[in-house]
Formats: sequence, C-alpha cells, structure tokens
Amino acid sequence: MNKILLIIQREYTTRVQKKSFIILTLLMPILMSAMMFLPGYFMSMDDEQTRTIAVYDGSSVFLGRLESSEFTKFKYVPKEEYQIIKNDLKKSNYYALLVIEPNFLKTKTVQILSESNIPWDVKSQIQDKIQGVVEKDKMAEVVRQTAIPDLEQKIAATKTHINVDTIKIGVGGEAKKTSTEIGMVLGYIFGFMIYIFIFVYGTMVMQGVMEEKQSRIVEVIISSVRPFQLMMGKIVGIALVGLTQFALWVILAAVIFSASKSFYPGTAKAEQIQNIMTQSQDAVQQAAPQMDKMQDIFSMIGTINFPLLISCFIFFFIGGYLLYSSMFAAVGSAIDAPEDAQQFMLPITLPIILSIMVMMSAIKNPEGPVAFWFSIIPFTSPIVMMARIPFGVPAWQLALSMILLVATFVGMVWVTGKIYRTGILMYGKKPSWKEIGKWLMYKS
Amino acid sequence: MELFSANDVSKTYASQQALTNVSIAVDEGTIFGLLGPNGAGKTTLIRIINQITAPDSGSVWFDGRKLKPEDISQIGYLPEERGLYKKMKVGEQALYLGQLKGLSRKEAMKELKIWFEKFEITAWWDKKVMELSKGMQQKVQFICTVLHKPRLLIFDEPFSGFDPINADMITREILQLRKNGATIIFSTHNMESVEQLCDHIALIDKSKKILDGPTKLIREQYKSNIYDISYRGIFDINTHDIASKYTILNHQENGTGNRLSIQYPDGSNSRELIKDLIEQVEIISFNEVIPSMNEVFIKVVKQNS
Repeated sequence: MNKILLIIQREYTTRVQKKSFIILTLLMPILMSAMMFLPGYFMSMDDEQTRTIAVYDGSSVFLGRLESSEFTKFKYVPKEEYQIIKNDLKKSNYYALLVIEPNFLKTKTVQILSESNIPWDVKSQIQDKIQGVVEKDKMAEVVRQTAIPDLEQKIAATKTHINVDTIKIGVGGEAKKTSTEIGMVLGYIFGFMIYIFIFVYGTMVMQGVMEEKQSRIVEVIISSVRPFQLMMGKIVGIALVGLTQFALWVILAAVIFSASKSFYPGTAKAEQIQNIMTQSQDAVQQAAPQMDKMQDIFSMIGTINFPLLISCFIFFFIGGYLLYSSMFAAVGSAIDAPEDAQQFMLPITLPIILSIMVMMSAIKNPEGPVAFWFSIIPFTSPIVMMARIPFGVPAWQLALSMILLVATFVGMVWVTGKIYRTGILMYGKKPSWKEIGKWLMYKS
Repeated sequence: MELFSANDVSKTYASQQALTNVSIAVDEGTIFGLLGPNGAGKTTLIRIINQITAPDSGSVWFDGRKLKPEDISQIGYLPEERGLYKKMKVGEQALYLGQLKGLSRKEAMKELKIWFEKFEITAWWDKKVMELSKGMQQKVQFICTVLHKPRLLIFDEPFSGFDPINADMITREILQLRKNGATIIFSTHNMESVEQLCDHIALIDKSKKILDGPTKLIREQYKSNIYDISYRGIFDINTHDIASKYTILNHQENGTGNRLSIQYPDGSNSRELIKDLIEQVEIISFNEVIPSMNEVFIKVVKQNS
C-alpha cells in the first residue's frame, strides 16, 4: 500500500511541476472566454467598413425611402448611369448595385450585383429595409381603404411578448422557478467537461504507460511492485492531476467573477450583457426583453443545486475517467509505438463520441427514453447523466447509474489489469485482438 | 547453505514452452551463472525469481522457505532490457527506485551518497537522465539495483553498454558484493566473464536445463586429452607412428621455440604421450588444455540440437 502511494506521488508531482501543466491551467480560462467573446468582437469590427451601394429604382417605389445606416449608404442613380455602372462595376466606386425592376411590385424580387460575395448581414439589411417600405405602403393602403382612425397604432399595439415561467413542484408542493435555458447550458458545459477530461487524462495515462514501456524502466519497477499497483498508481496519480486542474479553474473562475463584480457594481452586469447582445444584429430589437430575461436567469442560477452538481461532477468524472483510463492503460501496454494505437483506440473512443452525440439530444429532452437509457449504461452514463443533472434526476436513477458505473469499472480494471500485466513485457510485433484475448487467460 | 532454489519449475506461454521441469540451487555467497542461447528460457526463470510471473508448476524457495511477495525487498534485479525515466532527474529517480524497494527516503539518500561518491558521479544528481550517455545511465542503473543491499542479486548482461574500464570497475564491484555476503545470479553471453566470475553454472537450452555444476568441474569434464607442449630439439612426427597414434593439432618449429599441440585417443594417457615425446626431444613445458566456457557452451548446445 505504501508503494502505491509512492507511485501516485511520483505520477502527480512530475506532472504538476511541468511547465505545460501550469501554462495550460492558467491559459485555459482565458482561451475559453476568448472563444465565447471573440466572434462577437470580430463581427462588430467587420461592420465598421462603409459600403456605398448604388440603387437603380426602375419602379420608383423607393426613391429616397431606403435610409442609409451608419456603414451602409444608399445612392440613387438614374438609368444612364446605371448602365455604365453595370457594365463596369469595378471602375465605379460602388460596393454593389441594387437593381429594382419596373415590375417589382409584381415579382417581389430585387437584384444585388456585385463583384464579390455579399455578406449575409448586408443582404439581410437590404431585405429588411425593402420589406419595411413595402409593408408600410400596404399598411397605408389598408388605412386609406378602411378609414379606421389610428389603425396603424392599434395594429402595432397587438404585438405581444409572452414570458413562460417554468416552475418545478418539489416534494411537499414547494414550487421553484427554474430555467430550461440554464439547465441546457449547464448540462452542456458539465457533460462536455467530462468528455474533455476523459480524453485528455485518459490519453495521458496511455502515454505514461507507453513511456515506461519504451524506456524499458517497467521491468525494473515491476520487480519491486505488482504490475497492478503500478497501473492503479498511475491512474490515480493522473486523476489527482485532473482534479487539481479542475479545482484551480473553479478558484480562478471565482476570483475573476468576484473581481469583475466589484469592478462593475450594481447594474453593471446587465449593461455588460446588453453590450454583448447588441453586437449581434437581430438582438438590437430584442434587447429589452432579453435584458429582463438575463436578470431572471441570474436570479434563477441561485436556485440550481450547485453542491449536488459539483459532487456529481466529481463522481462521474472519477468514475468515467477510471473506466476509460484503465482501457487507455491497457492499450498503452499492448503497443510499442504511438502509431499502433489507432486500431485499439476505436472501441474506446466510439462510446465517448456516442455519449457526446446523445448528450446533445439529452439536454433538449432530459426525461426521454434515449437520455434515460444512455445515462444508465455505464460507458455513456458519465457524460449523459451529467447533462441531465441540472434538470433534476430522480434519486433512484442517479443511484442505479452510479452503482452500475462502479461495478463496470471494477470489472474493467480486472480485465485491463490482466492485459496490462502481459502487455508491458511484450516487445516486438503488434498484437492482434486474438492474442490480447489470450493474455486474459494467462496465469499471473 | 542454499539461499535460492527452484524445483521442477515449468512455464508455458500460450503454445510456447518456456521452461520444462527446471531445477537450480544457488548457494549463499556464490556467483551463479545462468547461461543459454537466446530464447532458451533464462528470462522467464529470472522473472519467476522476481515474482513478475508465476510458474505453472514446481516451487520456488528463498532462504529455506517458499518465496513470498515480501522477499522482493531482498532481491535486486538488473534486467537486460533496462532503462530509466528519461525526463526525471538522476537523484530523484534513484531515490524513488530505492523507496520502491522498501528503503525509507532517509536511508536511500544515505546509501546513494556513498555510491555516488564511490562512482564519482555526484555532479549528475540534478541532471536529467536523457542528458547522460548510455554508459552513465548504466552506472546509475547498477547503483539502483544494489542500493537496498539485497541478499540476492540478479544481473542480466550487466556489462552491456560499458567501456572496458567501466566494465572492469563493475566486475570489481560484483566481486566485492560477493565478498560482503551477497548471492548473485549472473546471466550473460560473455563466456570470458563467466570463467572469471562464476562459481557455479547452469545451462538452459530449449526450455530444459542441460548442464549444471561448478564451473571448474564442468571445464574439467569437457577436457579432451589435448596438451600444449614446448620443447627443444627436432620432433619427427613420422617416427614410431606418432602421426597415426595421436592427432596433431598444431606443430611449429623455428629458432625461438618449438611448439606442439597434440591430442591422444581415449584409452591412452599422458604418461604414454610423454614417453613418446622424450625419446626425441627435451620437454620445456607440458600443459593440459582446459576448454574455455565458450567451447563448452558451443559443444553442449550443438549436441542438444
């Protein structure tokens, strides 16, 4: 037992002291937030290009009625100029040419001529503006025909935004306001984190086993400890590295969160959110209801059972990791070179990738049969169950899933331990599945 | 007193027989040579001694009782295929390996200091293993094997990777360890070092033990009536039917010294040979040729196939 602690200690300290571990731990939260905010930032940067669009209006419906916005300017051109521009768009100073044919009101179609592809947001902007003008004209026509006073305002007043509150009735009728959106986001984040952890740290176990085999230190070590102790020591040591990283991220996130909170006191949060939202185009009109919603969400985050969520995360992380890393260790022991890993990796990666696919549907329908079964089956349960937990899972399902996971893990470690024990001392040709099967039969 | 013995040990891997009813006994304080061609089953036997693998049948004894898992701390093993963690520092690694063998950190540190000074490698303590040459790594590995003062040491090709000077140093260390009471199982293909070091040998071929005994006795056993003679005078091999009676292996006559290498047939003896010789020449020296371990090895393995 003392020896297994020594192994755990070595596996842990050599990895935690590595520069790459420290850098990755510090950089990851920055990268993550960059990944969330950069697209919006780039989108806003892109908009700062001023585009002048020549408009030839053969129908005369729009003359002077397409309003230029900050970065998209409209210039009306007569027919003669239109022909010149059309023949040589390159020489003209226009970004594009908008052609409205005389029969526009019948065809309901306009054309944008340009040299390069028109960005999606420019196209939709023009579309919106043209639709707006036509709708306004139609409205005016209706108003004129029916002669009802203030019809326009009355119709506008019929537009309504409905809030749907989702309220969960707990035991004893206690009602809790929940948010499906938050559930989905949290389910996605936690499920995905388990996926990343299993892959990153599982591969680390495999590399560690291969390193020992390739450097031929393994025979020296297993003349001092049992192969099983070496394997478990490595798996547990690397699990601790993963938990350390997770803990550091939680602390880092908490520090950043509280620092930014003191930086923007009071309503700052809502403003920040508004800023982010306005960067995407159609959010502009919805900013007000979105803001309400965001405030709602912040109040509802408090209703999530974080201690349960975090402890389940730790359980399923450890369970899933142990299950898969023991398989990764067996693969590492069976092969001599990383190139040979491919063939044996497939049966391991397949259920992990399946889990992620099922998780996507599970966050949409956490109570459905697919989500249920895959959150019970041990190979997919760590990821899928984690995605369900934010929505609330009956205790018996959680318990069943956990028991099955532990049982499978114990069985799997027994099997992989046998493969590992034989594999680490086998050099030379790459073993076949049949040979690996035979290894299971060997007596120690 | 036997420190280690294996009785009737057999081991099969899938379809391959690795050991068939092999028995060996290693006396305390001796060097035991475990010889055999590649793939004969030596490594399997060594792994059984180290409890890396278990025999299918037969028993293994240590210090008068059955070998137990705890005995690991009494055994030191230098495998043929050996290595260290490349990215780990030398000192840290040696401490780790010592602790795995059951030493406390303090004891390991103390012993390591003595060995590092003895081998004049104290300056390497904080170097990474990958910065060392092959020979340097082998030195570190040797220290890690003997650090915990095991009663039984197993060296598998301990000289590979060493230059002659360092190989000589390791030879002296091995002899010193025996002098201090350690028992050593020594596996090698270098028969010269077997003659130099081993008190007793066992030869395994095709999973079976085919030769076992004290080194000197075995070499005596494989003598084949050959003598090296140097003499004064002229020796005519045609008189008295010398050429038909004996087998002349080598015959040189020149100004500085005359030499003859000769073999008498079974049933004859050295007295007859001397008689036939002194009739013609004055003998300066007369030596029986004892076969080298190399010759014994080749002869025995060829006979077995």
